Amino acid sequence: MARVIIDSVEIEIGDDERLNGIQAAARAGIDIPRYCWHPGLSVVASCRMCLVETGTRNVETGDVVMLPKLVPACQTPARDGTVFITQSDKVQHSRAMVEEDLLIDHPIDCPICDKAGECYLQDYYFKYGHGGRRADVRPFTSRRRDVGPTVTLFTDRCVMCTRCVRFTREISGTSELMVRDRGAHEEIDIFSGFPLENKLAGNVVDICPVGALGDKDFLYQQRVWFMKRHEAVCTGCSTGCSIYVEENQDRVYRLKPRENEHVNQWWMCDEGRYGYHYVHSPKRVVGAQRRVETSEENGDNVPAYENVEWQPILDDLQARLAKAGRLAAVFSPHLTVEEAYLLAKLVHGVDAEATLAIGPVPVVGEDESYPNGFTIRAEKCPNHRGLQLVLSHFTDRVLAFDQFLEELPNIDVGATWVTGGYPQPWIDEASASRFDEVPLLIMQDIFASPLWERASYRLPGVAFAARPGSYVNHRDRLQTADWAIRPPAGARVEGSVYWQMLGMSGLYRPQRVLDEIAATVPAFAMAAGPLPSVGVDLRLNQFAEAATAAASETGDHC
Amino acid sequence: MATFEPVLLANVGRDDSHTRAVYESTGGYEALRRTLAEMSPADLTELVKASNLRGRGGAGFPTGVKWTFLPKDHPGPIYMCVNADESEPGTFNNRILMEEDPHQVIEGAILSCYATRATTAYIYLRYEYPGSYARLQAAIDECYAAGYLGKNILGSDFSLDMYLHRGAAAYICGEETGLIESLEGKRAWPRIKPPFPAVEGLFHKPTVINNVETMACVTHIARRGADWFKSIGTPADPNNPRDAGSYGPKLYCLSGHVNKPGCYEAPLGITCRELIDNFGGGVWKNRRAKAAVPGGISMGLLTADELDTPLDFSGPGRVGCLGLGTAAVVVLDETVSIVDFLHNSCRFFAHESCGQCTPCREGTAWSLRMLERMRAGRGRLADLDLLLEIGDSIGIMPGTTICGLADGAAWPIKNAIRKFRDEFEDFIRRTNPHGYDVTEPVPALVQLGGH
Repeated sequence: MARVIIDSVEIEIGDDERLNGIQAAARAGIDIPRYCWHPGLSVVASCRMCLVETGTRNVETGDVVMLPKLVPACQTPARDGTVFITQSDKVQHSRAMVEEDLLIDHPIDCPICDKAGECYLQDYYFKYGHGGRRADVRPFTSRRRDVGPTVTLFTDRCVMCTRCVRFTREISGTSELMVRDRGAHEEIDIFSGFPLENKLAGNVVDICPVGALGDKDFLYQQRVWFMKRHEAVCTGCSTGCSIYVEENQDRVYRLKPRENEHVNQWWMCDEGRYGYHYVHSPKRVVGAQRRVETSEENGDNVPAYENVEWQPILDDLQARLAKAGRLAAVFSPHLTVEEAYLLAKLVHGVDAEATLAIGPVPVVGEDESYPNGFTIRAEKCPNHRGLQLVLSHFTDRVLAFDQFLEELPNIDVGATWVTGGYPQPWIDEASASRFDEVPLLIMQDIFASPLWERASYRLPGVAFAARPGSYVNHRDRLQTADWAIRPPAGARVEGSVYWQMLGMSGLYRPQRVLDEIAATVPAFAMAAGPLPSVGVDLRLNQFAEAATAAASETGDHC
Repeated sequence: MATFEPVLLANVGRDDSHTRAVYESTGGYEALRRTLAEMSPADLTELVKASNLRGRGGAGFPTGVKWTFLPKDHPGPIYMCVNADESEPGTFNNRILMEEDPHQVIEGAILSCYATRATTAYIYLRYEYPGSYARLQAAIDECYAAGYLGKNILGSDFSLDMYLHRGAAAYICGEETGLIESLEGKRAWPRIKPPFPAVEGLFHKPTVINNVETMACVTHIARRGADWFKSIGTPADPNNPRDAGSYGPKLYCLSGHVNKPGCYEAPLGITCRELIDNFGGGVWKNRRAKAAVPGGISMGLLTADELDTPLDFSGPGRVGCLGLGTAAVVVLDETVSIVDFLHNSCRFFAHESCGQCTPCREGTAWSLRMLERMRAGRGRLADLDLLLEIGDSIGIMPGTTICGLADGAAWPIKNAIRKFRDEFEDFIRRTNPHGYDVTEPVPALVQLGGH
């Protein structure tokens, strides 16, 4: 156990931990300002903002011997007896000088800069800078140049921390960005004809401590202080990156990665980052509808729909479902664990022999792995694994979608409940025609589809940003997302529909459902209680269970 | 003085002094032959250590001690880099050695590789020395032909390959870790230390980096022994435990306003005035010296009163200079404006700052702009304090930068303003009579071209 002293606060760090001064100070609740240091990148110690005084305490005598010069905290390891002083006059003067230096050429165009409000340079200048400007140089203008299809560079705002350069070398492994020229004239740039074009490119905007790298998707869209951020899970693929959804007044403006060492570290891919636009598509379906029985008399077979309020349509549906006979349900891999559980429970409550199938699982290309281990999965849905775990609790035979389509004519179902929620078109006319003989087809989806045209009941659902609940990623990690925006008028969260039809009181509360799942489904035992924001690994429990099962030699359906 | 016999420049001036034949005719490569036959690498290291040879590149770190920092029993490879990126303004002694007597350098490099068990040596040569490039390459080729380089040198089990690498002309490539980065094909941004190059240097392997003149000294130590070497120069100051003494011959580059500028060999410890008067033939045009740079402009300035400072490793430091540096003395006569001198110095360092650390990148550029404004007749007395503040806050000594370039930029500022403050104030008062004492922030200027 190493003892480290930071500004007279003494902390202990584990023997197997290797912390630098910044990390050790953070443990003591002290923030050391920095630009170039990022926990996910190599240390260059070049911005010199994290300079502190350091020394060593003699373990036996307790005497502290300080180094005469300042050292960068990011590069100085915290060892047993290390002393850091982060608030002395010498340190403050050095910070003020660095701030003044950085602003010599900076355009100070905060009013038109997207970064304003979350900018290190702004924050640190207010905190550590000395008020007046002594430099006799007119700051540069806001020169802007494109470095890639999604990222733009405001050259003069740059503080040359080289985080972005190191990111493209160490994390994406694509090395598009470089430093050009020398001294105060140097700039970040790309080699002519080789733009910043990789699937992790958007991360350079996140790690830029100032407004130099701008996200074209977000450029001039919103001031950051107007947005609220909500913890969520990316639904773009089965990696399930931890993210923040940032919205203002029910409109999503951007997604940002949220640190999670078990899943995505500090990063997310551009597919996920820019894949949210469908949430606000004008083509979203809204308003619950019921199919009106058309008379056969005049041979007119055009289906007609009437708009019905949610309360009566669900009452009506419940009544029809109860006498429908055999049931089948198709679970979209975009449903949360809670929703899948509630729907399965609902269907099973009516027909204990109901057929449960998993909807189409979109697979595009192959998994793409990056040098640091970040992987973009080919499976473009968030909860395939979660569905498998939930549904196998209700039946031994969970059908894949293709299987289900084949067996559908033989089942003689009275009603089929189909959930969609895919960002892309997910069912074609040929597949949809297999549902022609289904007497009662209940559809929950966000876009119209060939199947939507055949539905008896149309219950518009929501997209991920409005959907609270949990997802299980491909490595059995369960993470919980908050809802960030309210559903568009006329749409309802799928889970709240099941909640109501199951007769549960009050508003839809996924946490209560998850508690019930954790108590009743052994595979989810780890999900009990309040969960950390990084989620839990469900396998921890499964390993234990497998061990128990092997010991007792008894087969269990889980 | 009378007994001092030049050794480093002994061959310079002979016809074809750069060829192996001439070099061998004066005893060249005999030291190598004898050392490989009679001494172990550890013996040679001990010999160099005993000679108290200090690196000639500028910092004056004891060479033998540097070699012992290499990890023991390392499986290899260990690399040797000969730093021939001689870019300190005023310095040209390495050039003389490489052009006129390259074999002396190469023999020293081979010996040093033997002592450090390095199997590959790189000579990192600045691009601006095409003559040195041709002569060194020819000399290396001759050595391969003669069996001094390659496999099993002179029948021993010691093998060595030597490569000549040309840099692309940047001052920062002379910083040892900048040199390594450049040699690896990267941008020459000095590395953070630790790890030091001796532990993890070129291609992540233990690496020794020595100056060209240091290599030449190793040749003569192997040839004549440590006692001979220690008989020259200034012994350590007994009152200063950190002084390791300054021994051996040294090449002094004398330039500026003297009658006979040139590269002269003298024992370490010669005073600046002796150098100017005895070798340089005095200040030109019967003028008086106003100041002199003791060892490349990054070392600061000696005033006329300080010219009796001995030019050894600790002498210039006693009068406020950074150190001996490269022992390149530049003499400024009484007509030179110190404002112009400082402007020139700041322009150099602003141009050569690699741009990695904020205080150096911005500090050097800012100080240049202030001096440009001052020379344009808009200086203020307050600028001097600001310049001093920049000078005092940048560099590896206060800890604000990774490498020593910023110290080199800071010392001329600190020395010039502290030692010639009256002249600066007079200049500002004279050229800006209506605004010299204004202290409000200067209205922003359109950037004056300085690159």
